[in-house]
Amino acid sequence: MGLFFKKTKAVGEREDFRDKQRSKIRLIMLGIFILLILAGSLDYPNLWDKGIDWINTNVGIKIPHFYKLPFKLGLDLQGGTHLIYQADLSGIEIGERDASLDGIRDVIERRVNIFGVAEPTIQINKSGESHRLIVDLPGVTDIHQAIQMIGATPYLEFKEQKEQTETDAILKKQQEGDEEALKIDPYFKSTPLTGRYLKKAQLVFDQTTNNPYVSLEFSNEGGKIFADLTKSNVGKILAIYLDGVPISTPRVQEEITGGKAQITGSFTLEEARELAQRLNAGALPVPITLISQQNVGASLGHDSLTKSLKAGLIGFLAILIFMIAFYRLSGFFASISLVIYIIILLAFFKLIPITLTLAGIAGFLLSMGMAVDANILIFSRTKEELKEGRNYLDALSNGIKRAWPSIRDGNFTTILVGLILFIFGTSFVKGFAFTLIIGNLVNMFSAIVITNYLIKFFLKSGAQKTSKLWL
Amino acid sequence: MNFPFIKYYKINYLIVGTLIIASIICLVIFGLNLGIDFLGGSILEVNFEDRPSNAVIQEKLNNFGLGDTVIQPTGEKGIILRLKNIDENTHQEILSKLGEISKIEEKRFESIGPTVGKELRQKTIILIIISLISLLIYIAIAFRKLKWPISGWQYGVVSVVTLFIDILIPFLVLVILGKFHNIQFNIPIVAALLTILGYTINDKVIVFDRVRENILRTKSENFSETVNQSLNQIIGRSLGTGFCTLMVLFAIFFLGGETLKYFSLTLIIGIVVGTYTSLFIASAFLVSLDNFKRRNLA
Repeated sequence: MGLFFKKTKAVGEREDFRDKQRSKIRLIMLGIFILLILAGSLDYPNLWDKGIDWINTNVGIKIPHFYKLPFKLGLDLQGGTHLIYQADLSGIEIGERDASLDGIRDVIERRVNIFGVAEPTIQINKSGESHRLIVDLPGVTDIHQAIQMIGATPYLEFKEQKEQTETDAILKKQQEGDEEALKIDPYFKSTPLTGRYLKKAQLVFDQTTNNPYVSLEFSNEGGKIFADLTKSNVGKILAIYLDGVPISTPRVQEEITGGKAQITGSFTLEEARELAQRLNAGALPVPITLISQQNVGASLGHDSLTKSLKAGLIGFLAILIFMIAFYRLSGFFASISLVIYIIILLAFFKLIPITLTLAGIAGFLLSMGMAVDANILIFSRTKEELKEGRNYLDALSNGIKRAWPSIRDGNFTTILVGLILFIFGTSFVKGFAFTLIIGNLVNMFSAIVITNYLIKFFLKSGAQKTSKLWL
Repeated sequence: MNFPFIKYYKINYLIVGTLIIASIICLVIFGLNLGIDFLGGSILEVNFEDRPSNAVIQEKLNNFGLGDTVIQPTGEKGIILRLKNIDENTHQEILSKLGEISKIEEKRFESIGPTVGKELRQKTIILIIISLISLLIYIAIAFRKLKWPISGWQYGVVSVVTLFIDILIPFLVLVILGKFHNIQFNIPIVAALLTILGYTINDKVIVFDRVRENILRTKSENFSETVNQSLNQIIGRSLGTGFCTLMVLFAIFFLGGETLKYFSLTLIIGIVVGTYTSLFIASAFLVSLDNFKRRNLA
């Protein structure tokens, strides 16, 4: 009796264990599947949207469309201009330098925005003693105009109100469609006071209320002009224009002599700081010189993109054929996990987002070749284990265990190189390095988790006899 | 199958030694054909509706005082001009001069100041040195448990020395291409060289890993035999992965367009060399180190 009792328990335990294993595998497969749907929809939202539309119309519920993120293409793939300017800060006090760099950036940003660039980026870069501004203008291929606009000295001027009758007359003409009148500002006219006469502007706080305001200090000559202007404009607005665009329209309360004035009002701290910065950009213009430019025509960018993608597709297919020919069914599952790898990686590109340059795409394509490495390592190990007479499933488990140190060390060294490139490299190399790092991490995951569980999920116990088919 | 990887190590040392000496000689004699990324200068690529001969283009450029200019036809209608660093106004003037010949489309213009180039040159050298040192440290740590017959940090030294060979030989090819085909050494090629580091270190680590495992497991007395056995165990993987990666790279080389052509060529050479040195050089170095130690003890 005792012997009989023991046996059933043992069998029962084993089945219990197998059930647990199976439900664990099913759970992981479900997780992979959900991950795949999410990543796939992120890569190509149209598919999700179409499916959802079908469900929405047929079931009558409202599931929203998928979140849409574009791939961020680098200048070399979409065409555009990359400019590096050297800023000459020798005329600026050391403490003021950061602020004046922010000032030029602001000026350039505003100019570029007028130019209608989709997503300009302007970065300040300090390398050693030199201060640089890096301007990226995607889509702009007529760089001549852009360069002239960016390089021009910022022009700050003070303008006074026109007489009401004059304003009315101009507005009337404009309504009638007079082309000459359309070019005229109906409200303000220029004065002799320009940025040349402004010594500096400063952000200050009111000592009692603690509210921020902006104080102005004019040169001697400027102070006199300012006194005249304020005298004749009491109660009126004296507008301040930078590059032809009004940045502040304060009202004159009284005649101001002595060359010092302040602009008060309900400023937030940020607004006051910005105004002071813009005034300074006009008062103490920092000369910038173009030291490097790169310009890629849109057609060339597009050409590079399609060519590299085509190459990638061919390489990808070649890998699939190789894997299936050499590793049979296991290779087939490894191929599926390579597809999943690509889908996840593309989703990462959109999520982070990584700016895809030609080098980044090359890194991505290369990583496909390296992505199968972990699979190949596992399969070669599994083959060895099979030779020692284990069944396929045990051989695979052992293969993974044995292959792990190699996979770990191999991938970590590659990641290490990637990290160094990322930390010390130039912007070009950074994108490439990032692709390499993410690629390696995702690839370890896909080989160890995805391929492994895919095989375990589809492998029925009967398959033991056909292990030739599996590897 | 038991292929004798180690047995003919002298021949392999000879091959690699010759290549190293050849690289150094070529580098000294020919020098590197550095691109504008590193030297500063300008590149202008335009497509002509009706491409004129180089002489016609040269004539148009004569008045600018540009010094050495290289005019290189590209594609069916395009040319690439390589000039000294020019400012924006000269750039526009050149475009309008060229436009007088036939209608043009500007495809690409790069102008890099000499200081930017110089900085990049220094940065690149630092980058490669830091990479090699940190790989040395990583491997020394990963293999720290090994005391017999050679210790962990020596695996690190061996891999860094062979890595150096792995990038030197693609370098040799680039020097020669630079001399005879005017292929310029630019940032994409640096990225390729660094990727070779990343890829082939992987290769070496996998060989060493297997050696480590076999030493710890079999406790065999014969180091040379253990290394050779390990190589026979991993050769399937080495060739498989190498083959997959090369297939992608060949696809990029043939179909990927002009910019990626020499990037992928550099990688192809690096991966072939890297796979070879992992199998025949790095492993033989291990055995030689062991032999050297023994002789010193005896």
